[in-house]
Amino acid sequence: MADASTRHAYRDRLAELLPQHPRTVCIDTDTGLFTGSEFGDAGSRYLNIGIAEHNLMGMAAGMAASGWMPFVNTMAAFAASRAAESVKIDIAYNALPVRIMATHGGLSAGYLGPTHQSLEDLAVMRALPNMTVVVPADTAATRALVDTAMDLPGPLYARLGRKATPDLPDDAGLPVVGTVQRLRTGPDVLIAATGPYPVHYAQQAADTLAGLGVGATVLNVHTLRPFDVAGLLDAAAGTRLVVAVEEHWHCGGLGAAVAETLAEHQPTPVARIGMPDTFAQHAGSHEDLLTHYRITADAVVDAVMSRITRERKAP
Amino acid sequence: MTVTAPDLTTLHQHAHRIRERIVDVCAGPEGGHLGGSLSLVEVLTALYFDVMRVDPDRLDDPDRDIFLLSKGHAGIGLYCTLAERGYFDPAELAGYARSGGRFMAHPTRSIPGVEMPTGSLGHGPALAIGFAMAARLAGSKRTTYVVLGDGELQEGSVWEAAMGAAGLGLDNLVAVVDRNGLQLTGGTESICRLEPVGERWRSFGWSVTEVDGQDLEGVRDALASAPWEPGRPSVLVARTTKGAGVPFVAGTPRSHYVALNERQHARARSALRRAAGGDRNG
Repeated sequence: MADASTRHAYRDRLAELLPQHPRTVCIDTDTGLFTGSEFGDAGSRYLNIGIAEHNLMGMAAGMAASGWMPFVNTMAAFAASRAAESVKIDIAYNALPVRIMATHGGLSAGYLGPTHQSLEDLAVMRALPNMTVVVPADTAATRALVDTAMDLPGPLYARLGRKATPDLPDDAGLPVVGTVQRLRTGPDVLIAATGPYPVHYAQQAADTLAGLGVGATVLNVHTLRPFDVAGLLDAAAGTRLVVAVEEHWHCGGLGAAVAETLAEHQPTPVARIGMPDTFAQHAGSHEDLLTHYRITADAVVDAVMSRITRERKAP
Repeated sequence: MTVTAPDLTTLHQHAHRIRERIVDVCAGPEGGHLGGSLSLVEVLTALYFDVMRVDPDRLDDPDRDIFLLSKGHAGIGLYCTLAERGYFDPAELAGYARSGGRFMAHPTRSIPGVEMPTGSLGHGPALAIGFAMAARLAGSKRTTYVVLGDGELQEGSVWEAAMGAAGLGLDNLVAVVDRNGLQLTGGTESICRLEPVGERWRSFGWSVTEVDGQDLEGVRDALASAPWEPGRPSVLVARTTKGAGVPFVAGTPRSHYVALNERQHARARSALRRAAGGDRNG
């Protein structure tokens, strides 16, 4: 499959499914992702309510409480920060089946800047009871997630991107909500990643490490909540280091989830590759920013090799 | 479901018993939001005993009217109304704020008749849009009612939703503003001016009616005749007295949250009895 953006994969799949599912609605906040014409005869179930994210979340909750399944569209920054209280009280507290489809996740907003980047959304959404939190790593996983969302109980937060990102290899298979997806197995280290570029870089790093004689298991942590504790522990068993890779501040994201889980159940050294404790300080494309802030395959390789070097030096 | 409209005397009797129960709950160990519950009694009575199509025995009726208490801190007022309407045994009100019980200050869906939890101000209008839009898409004749406090109008999300509801032309949505003029620490006009309240809503595209919110007949007639303009959501600005019915707190900021001691409780009950007697004699 050619690389494309996960937000467009979502749009295209919802356009196919919404007409077939008579209780679904699509509520938009002037994001430009939809025109309404995608839904054909079901166009009356597409509502562009304007730039109003609190209103979006409350309205979606009211509709869901009346038996509808709203797919709501905004950017991750506005879903998780601006409208956080409405998500918490109106949607999560009531365990209502609202699908929060949050685009521009992580650093994918690129040069739009920190107002539009979202590096805290996973922490916010992971904290909420009843919430399912998913970061599809490519377009196929995004399409599968829209399918799954039609039957998933309770609310869903899906972090999507903006521009095209690398797809996983066709033979990778599809992830299942609530479980980690193992992309390869190696004996020495575990690389756990979430989101398109982090998973892509994890795979590249594993290739490089193999050339250096280090075998890596790679997990696509597609679901952040509920967190697949057993899947992580199984993949981490016997490894010397677990590296978490994500586009998120260290606080509350994948690295935090990995560290919490391992510390509690199966102590293992952890290295966290993610956004350092800063807002982006300059303009850049998505990839430029990832490179600048060292969310890269090289950073993963360096984290692994420095650990191994330290172990070798230790008496 | 109301089959025939109750007469005004019956409505007044309901309102009296709701006030008595509010006072009783606020004489409990934690006290409660007395003033903003009492100011709403006529609105709640008119809605639950005349205007709204609701039935405590059919909580899941998809066409039932929806009530949202956006000013969730008046939970006691709502609980006492639901008990009077038969949603649960009024004896349960003695469990208000008791450890392990289900009656918290702000409504939760564990209480029969509560459609959505509220309490953080400014959420009700957006929720109401959702219920109203759901009804429109389903072809249901449901009306959604949402009651706001006047201090609550200082929350920006109220106006985000006010604009949204008018934009969608939701004439199956009726808001009530409990315009008692007071918020926790003082008068609304001295803290953050709200007037002209009606003009503000009108400018957002709503159909506006103002009424004496303690005039049960006037409130009932106004709510029963909504929507007042096709294609527009309706808002009733109910001019009320915070603490109405309990003279020693009525119209004062200290009515906001009160733990009535034994003597105050007796005085309040006595005042309510006198007022009810006056109504009957008058």
